[in-house]
Amino acid sequence: MAFLFKKIDSIILMINDFFDTIDQGTLIFKEGINNYLGNDKEDFSKNISRIGKLESKADTLKRQIINKVYVQSLLPQYRGDILRLLEKTDEILDKMKETLNQFDVEKPGITKDLHSEYIKLTESSVLSVESLIPALRAYFDDVGSVKDKVHRVYFYENEADQTGESLKRKIFKLKDLKLSEKQHLRFFAAHIENLSDYAKIVADIVAIASIQRII
Amino acid sequence: MILLFLSSGLFLGWSLGANDAANVFGTAVGSKMVSFKKAAFIAGFFVIVGSVVQGAGATRTLGDLGAVNAIAGSFTVALSAAFTVYWMTKLKIPVSTSQAIVGAIIGWNFYSGFQTNYHSLSKIVSTWVFGPVLGAIFSIIIILVIKISIKHSKINLLKLDQLIRIALILTGAFGAYSLGANNIANVVGVFVNAVSFKPLDLGIITLSGMQQIFLAGSIAIAIGIVTYSKRVMETVGTNIMHLSSESAIAVVLAHSLVLFIFSSQSLSNLFVNIGLPPIPLVPVSSSQVIIGAIIGIGLLKGGRGIQYKVLGEISLGWLLTPILAGVFAFFALFFMNNVFNQEVYKKADYSNVKKYPVPETVNNVIKANEDSILKAGLKSATAKIVRFDSSLKVDKKRTNFKNAMNSQKSGENKLKQKIKNQYYIILSLSILLFISLIGIYYLRIKYKNSTNLKE
Repeated sequence: MAFLFKKIDSIILMINDFFDTIDQGTLIFKEGINNYLGNDKEDFSKNISRIGKLESKADTLKRQIINKVYVQSLLPQYRGDILRLLEKTDEILDKMKETLNQFDVEKPGITKDLHSEYIKLTESSVLSVESLIPALRAYFDDVGSVKDKVHRVYFYENEADQTGESLKRKIFKLKDLKLSEKQHLRFFAAHIENLSDYAKIVADIVAIASIQRII
Repeated sequence: MILLFLSSGLFLGWSLGANDAANVFGTAVGSKMVSFKKAAFIAGFFVIVGSVVQGAGATRTLGDLGAVNAIAGSFTVALSAAFTVYWMTKLKIPVSTSQAIVGAIIGWNFYSGFQTNYHSLSKIVSTWVFGPVLGAIFSIIIILVIKISIKHSKINLLKLDQLIRIALILTGAFGAYSLGANNIANVVGVFVNAVSFKPLDLGIITLSGMQQIFLAGSIAIAIGIVTYSKRVMETVGTNIMHLSSESAIAVVLAHSLVLFIFSSQSLSNLFVNIGLPPIPLVPVSSSQVIIGAIIGIGLLKGGRGIQYKVLGEISLGWLLTPILAGVFAFFALFFMNNVFNQEVYKKADYSNVKKYPVPETVNNVIKANEDSILKAGLKSATAKIVRFDSSLKVDKKRTNFKNAMNSQKSGENKLKQKIKNQYYIILSLSILLFISLIGIYYLRIKYKNSTNLKE
């Protein structure tokens, strides 16, 4: 049987590698936020450099997968869905990289009493992205279990929304900050929170695509 | 000359290849799972193999219905069927070559005065109904098996895609084989009793006369596939059948099984051996079996989106196509016979007709005389003639001979009268048909306008 899948195996490996890259990106992002809040500049800059490399690797993998799928006329019925899934998933990593870069460039002055809230928000957002990866893998390997996996994404997205809202309320209740500073902090909270929204969008796409495959 | 007469059958074959290959490879090519070149090569090759190896069964049933025994008759019958298919396709009424050829054969039976074998006819007509129903049942069973296997195997999507691609090619090849085996009877079946070729030794295999005709017909089908089926395949794959690849496999496999069952002598023999009734070997409409199989998939999904109008149109086709082809064939045979002065049928062999045992009596009289001449030991020709003449003068023998001759004449007169009566019947039928066709044409135009308004 192996000779039948000779051409396919390399693409399967690339797809798995792509999801691994996104998964690693979420870990680096979480670490980066923690390092920024802990004022560990050296590690933070390492995080920025690593997420940049991962983002570029994911881009290359995505292009290679799409090229191979189209050139070899693979999955004619599903390649539209797959293309969207890869594009949108790659966007999540792009947003992570962009957010860390913004932390580096704009250096928001996050007060110590907000640290725990920011960490909680980051964890919820990162968990929603992390929960998405098994759902994406299931779309390729075990389509029936996709719906069992995407509900975790929705759960963490909801949690990130709530944490984000409470963080924003807390920011605007602070009396010793100027409005411009509050807006700056809110901007970063919104950026971290947005990652879970992106994860939710991809979860919606994979859920619909899996239903199309099952019917 | 034979090739010229075969041309109508070859044209039928070409149009069958151009249209029906899409039933086998349409979804695969339309969805770009299999390239057209690959599909055309596989379909062409297996159509030829199926026709030559397994084409005899369904052809025999058509022969039972009416054994067209003169080549000009075969040409006209095939041409009438081809014209019917062309005309009804132009009118956008679903049409099947199988039904057209059956109608045309019955038209030949009416014209030539041969009895239509109603047992064979009922066998053929019942298969037209059973074909799509069986297609639906098979497709439901196959898709359920495929879905359950995929669910339990948890195979990677890309590996599944690769397996589906291979399955589409294999089912397509089987479909093309079955199409050739079952539908070659439609294409050149009417020529089998009219043309006789000497067996052709190809070294590895020897092709009988019938197989040589099948080979010519199947090459015409293959040419139809290569030259004209690409557009039909792309249309079928993209516009009509919105099927997943798994459903496409189920549909094509169900179609192939139905066509195979109705053309396999070995399977029929197996049925008989295990005490079941034999399977009727009948050419069935490939397109209608495919529609049946798709409806099966639709029913499994809850019956949503099934266009029941299509079923009505198929039933209309069952009724209209044979009648139209029969009338066309009757008039075409009349023209061929009387205007072009071609023999469209060989006169009935009276020895097989129990009603008129005349020639046997005449032969007996002649034989008795010959015996008496031999017994008398006459040697010169004149003596023999005199003896023969004198023997005929014997009253008893003479009366017998006269009676025999009269009986023969009255037999011929009865046959002529019968043909005349049938001619009037057909004429009145054709007038009725003409009126009904005008009605259908009017309805179709009206229907077309109403759908345009809705759009």
